[in-house]
Amino acid sequence: MDFYQRLMNLDRRWVYLVVGIAVIIPVLNPFRVPVYVTPEVEVIHDFVKNLKPGDILFLAIDYDPQAMAEVHPMAKAIMRQCFAKNVKLIISALSQNGPGMAEQLISEVAKEFNKKSGIDYCYLGYKPYPGIVILAMGQNFRIPFPTDYYGVPLDSLPMMRDVRNYDDVKAVIDISATNAADFWIINANGRYDVKLALGVTGVMTANYYPYLQSGQIFGLMGGLKGASEYEALSKQGDRAIKMMSIQTTAHIVIVLFIVAGNIGYFMSRKKKKQ
Amino acid sequence: MDLGTIIWNTIALFLTVCIFSFLYKDNPFYKFAEHLVVGVSAGYFAIILFYNGFVPKVWIPVTTRGEWWYLLPAILGVMTWTRFSKKWAWISRFSIAFYMGIAVGVALPLEMQQRVVKQLHATMLPVHFMDIQGFWNLLIILGVLCGLVYFFFSVEHKGAVGGAARLGIWILMIGFGAGFGLTVMGRISLLADRIQFMREWYLMVTQALWGA
Repeated sequence: MDFYQRLMNLDRRWVYLVVGIAVIIPVLNPFRVPVYVTPEVEVIHDFVKNLKPGDILFLAIDYDPQAMAEVHPMAKAIMRQCFAKNVKLIISALSQNGPGMAEQLISEVAKEFNKKSGIDYCYLGYKPYPGIVILAMGQNFRIPFPTDYYGVPLDSLPMMRDVRNYDDVKAVIDISATNAADFWIINANGRYDVKLALGVTGVMTANYYPYLQSGQIFGLMGGLKGASEYEALSKQGDRAIKMMSIQTTAHIVIVLFIVAGNIGYFMSRKKKKQ
Repeated sequence: MDLGTIIWNTIALFLTVCIFSFLYKDNPFYKFAEHLVVGVSAGYFAIILFYNGFVPKVWIPVTTRGEWWYLLPAILGVMTWTRFSKKWAWISRFSIAFYMGIAVGVALPLEMQQRVVKQLHATMLPVHFMDIQGFWNLLIILGVLCGLVYFFFSVEHKGAVGGAARLGIWILMIGFGAGFGLTVMGRISLLADRIQFMREWYLMVTQALWGA
C-alpha cells in the first residue's frame, strides 16, 4: 500500500487525536484572535444599545443545556447589556429541558446587576408547544402564562401591569437551538409583525440567512462566532472570544485534513488510471 | 468553593470522559453515560410537562374552578394512548384528526405567507450595475432560478436548461458547503467548551486542595 492509499485509509481515531491536541494546546496556552464583526450581529447590538432605560425587550431562551457552548454567551451578553442600561426584560424558555438552565442564568446576571424579579425582569418559564404559546402571547402574555416561573400572577408584578402583548415590547430576540426559531418567524413575525432577531447554533445559521435577506428578521447571530462578535461589541463577557482561539486552531487542522484527504484521493485515482 | 460544587463538577467530568471514550471505541462507560442522559432528559421533560401542562391546564381549572370542559382535551389526549392496543388503536384517530385539523388550520396560511410569499417577494429585486448591490441582486435571482431549474424534471436537462441546472447544482453545493462549514464550527464549539470545562475543573480542584 503506497503513501496516498495509506492516507486515504487513515484510521479516524488519528484524526480525533490530532483535533483533540489542536483543541487542548490553546486551552493550556491561551491566546486571542481578532474578532471581525459582521453587519447582521452589529445591527442587533446597535438596536439594544439604542434602547432607553425602562424600555422592554423580550428575550426568548429556546435551547437546552447541550447547546449552551454556542448560544449561552449570546443570551448572557444581551442580558448583561440590557441590565447595564436599565432595559427591562421579559424572558421565556420554550425548550423543554431549558427552563432550569435559563433560571440559573437569569438569577446569576440579575444578582450581578442587583435586579429584581417583577420589577426589572419577568421570567415566564416554560409552557408546552412553542408554536401555540407564541401565537397566544400575541393576544396576551397572560393566556399561556397567568403566572411567572415562580408562581406569581403577572398582574401583581409591577413591570407587567401595563404590558399585554408584543405591542408593548420593543422587539423579540430569540436565542435558539430548536425549531422554536421557525415558530417565532412564522407565528410572531408573520401573524403579529413582531420585530425579530435570532441567535442560533452554527448548524442552523445557514437556514436563517434567507429570512435576514427578506427582512423578516433584522439581525442574526450564528454560533460561537456570532456570540464572540456580540461580546466584542457589547464588552459584556469574553467566554466566546476566548474560545475563538480554540476554534481557529481546530479549523486549521480540519482544513489541513481535508486538503490531505483530497490530495490522497486524487493521487490514488491518478495511479489507478495509470 | 463548596464541596457540593466540586463533587457535581467531578461527576460531570467523569460523564464527559465516558462520552469521549466512544471516539476510541464503543464501551460500557459510554453506554452508561448515553443511557443516563436519555433517562435524565426524559424524566426532566416528563416532570416539566406535568407541572407546566397538566397541572395548570387541567388539574387546577377542574378541581378549583369547576371548569369541567377542560377535561375534553384531556380525554382526547388520553385517547391517543389507545395506540398501544391493536384492538382499540382506531380510537386514537379521533384525537390525531382533531390535532391535525387545528395544526394545519393554524399553520397553513402563516407558513404560506412567511415561507413562500415573503421569500418570493424577497427575490423580486431590481437588477442594475450602478453599485455592487445590483450585482448581488442579480446573483440572488440567478441562484433561485437555476436552483429551481435543477428540480424541474419535466424537461430533459440539455442545452440551455442543462446549463441552468448545472449552475443550479453548483449553487446548491455552495449552500451545502456553507452549511457543512457552520456545522463543523458548531461541533468544535461543543468540544472546545468541554475542554474548557475540564481546565476549569482542574483549576477548581487544585485551588480547593492546595489553595493555588
